[in-house]
Amino acid sequence: MTTEGNIQRIESKVLQSIIIKPSIGYRFFILVCVFFISLGLFFWIKQITLGLGVTGLNTPVFWGVYIVNFVFFIGISHAGTLISSILRITDTQWRTPFTRMAEAITVFSLPFGAGSVVIDLGRPDRLLHPLNFPHLTSPIIWDVLCISTYLITSCLYFYLALVPDIALCRDRLKNVSLFKQNIYKTLSLGWKGTPNDWKTLNKILTGMSIFLFALVISVHTNVSFVFGMTLKPGWHTAVIGPYFVLGAIYSGVATVIVVMAILRRVYSLEEIVREEHFQKIGKFLLTLCCFWFYFTVVEVLTTFYGGESAHMIVFKAKFFEEYAVIFWLMFVLNFIIPFAVLSNFFSLIKHRTIPNMVIVSIIINIGMWLERYSIIVPSGARPYLPWQTGHYLPTLTEWSITLMLFSGFFLLLGVFIKFFPIITLWELKESIHTSNPNKSEKN
Amino acid sequence: MPKFGMVIDLEKCTACQACVVACAVENNLPPGNINDAQMNRIIRWLKILPISEAKGGIFKMTLIPFTCQQCSRPPCTYVCPVSATYKNPDGIVAQVYWRCIGCRYCVNACPYTIKFFNWYEPENPYKENANPDVSIRENGVTEKCLFCHHRLQRAKEAAKYENREIGVDEYQPACVEACPTKAIVFGDIEDAQSKVAELSHSPRAFRFLEELGTAPNITYLKEIK
Repeated sequence: MTTEGNIQRIESKVLQSIIIKPSIGYRFFILVCVFFISLGLFFWIKQITLGLGVTGLNTPVFWGVYIVNFVFFIGISHAGTLISSILRITDTQWRTPFTRMAEAITVFSLPFGAGSVVIDLGRPDRLLHPLNFPHLTSPIIWDVLCISTYLITSCLYFYLALVPDIALCRDRLKNVSLFKQNIYKTLSLGWKGTPNDWKTLNKILTGMSIFLFALVISVHTNVSFVFGMTLKPGWHTAVIGPYFVLGAIYSGVATVIVVMAILRRVYSLEEIVREEHFQKIGKFLLTLCCFWFYFTVVEVLTTFYGGESAHMIVFKAKFFEEYAVIFWLMFVLNFIIPFAVLSNFFSLIKHRTIPNMVIVSIIINIGMWLERYSIIVPSGARPYLPWQTGHYLPTLTEWSITLMLFSGFFLLLGVFIKFFPIITLWELKESIHTSNPNKSEKN
Repeated sequence: MPKFGMVIDLEKCTACQACVVACAVENNLPPGNINDAQMNRIIRWLKILPISEAKGGIFKMTLIPFTCQQCSRPPCTYVCPVSATYKNPDGIVAQVYWRCIGCRYCVNACPYTIKFFNWYEPENPYKENANPDVSIRENGVTEKCLFCHHRLQRAKEAAKYENREIGVDEYQPACVEACPTKAIVFGDIEDAQSKVAELSHSPRAFRFLEELGTAPNITYLKEIK
């Protein structure tokens, strides 16, 4: 088959996902999301009217699940930037089928990360005070600056990379509703696909990738500074910055794998998102897994060897006492299982299959959520001075609001795939052209 | 500019908690209810820190009146995103309730865990008899010991009215006045003549978590055996 014909076929296959009528499964999924969002909203309104007392927070555990969600959502947002910008700079070919969804994950998870902080505020009505009375030495102000820059830049990046595909939708999809046609018409910004258009787009995207690369490192380092800059045992460590950045990328890549594998199955994109793509991203995940282990060992060993008394109290609480279950579960979920499966450790049979990778990716995300929990909560519960040591048990309110955030994230993704192509078609076309039979001999 | 400090003599202290009560009444602290107590959410700007140690089968408990250490380099003020907690011109670590956004960062940053958060609208049955000089806090803000700053304001105003400098003993926090054994001494630690300056250089003097570089202005006195 000719390359052109091939591209034609791929295009119509991807655009299928927009045209076909929503299945029962899809409607059910949306309904479930909406249900949990309304439930969470109910509890959130209750929390706003009564106060943060409805949570399980207390003295000295002042931060809990909300801050865990904040770090988690900002974390998964890093996948998009990593896959689509850093891998774009280095021109890694296997990224192309993943870029669009990775960017979508970035854009859709950031509002929930930022939103978690608003939920956590005692006075959400004073949300604008950090802008009106900024105190520049506060890491929270650094975060506000970083995350808002990140949100704006990544939205713009996502949108610009979407423009040629919206234009394609505008030209190809004539049978969709008028509403959708209008959306395509407006959002495609009169894109015509002239060489000049392409030149400008490529220039902008490459420039933005470089900027985003720096931003992605600084954003999560700043998130970690909120903890690292305090004197709290367990938080006050220099390794927390890179540890957070790595953890963010780790959970983000895992999320991309889950979302892509599901979409591949539902819209039968086996031909476009091939087994080999998953094998490559799987190896990448394995590398991140090893790095995660390395950082964990470095952190734990430094604390243990130093043996400072206040730090050791937190260390013991994590290793042997109240938080041991969470800590060791996190270790198993984040390292032992993923490592065994992704490295085909035990064997002759291949473990790194797509279904296994999806399961492992879900496990990694649970593990990474627990990792943030086991960083934030035990340090709160074991302060420097021997006050009555705190306990913390999240309440129903906190769980409902957490579910609301996750449902909101999935809802946005779900709505997105019904409007726009889930694969960056123009990048895919480029990569097909470059890997033409005549050229591929080089490889 | 004076630098206010406090010296607490642990050998004179009987842990009677008169200071705790005086502080709560003076600063309109809600008494708290059983739910708050179970959740460890009772607000006491000055409270008793129990330090227990077991040595050779003997269990020993030391009870220490503990309040905001009024650090010279306070970790809490550095991290506040809106300057709601700051070091005021009198050198006291102050808190502006109407500006606080309730992020609880300062509370986490305080190595002494001696700042408090209003988890609910504070329930104060004595609102009618509240001290008019101290504002009643609202839901969702942080609060802390202010060295009875309103008393300093009052003393300053009186001195200004009479056109004179403020006297040495004119400004004393409520806990100092309430102490039956005079274990708490308060004053200007930069004034070499003052009793508090003398005591803070005593060989029995120590400060909590001084090694963190917070430079606390509350000194404790205890013979080291």
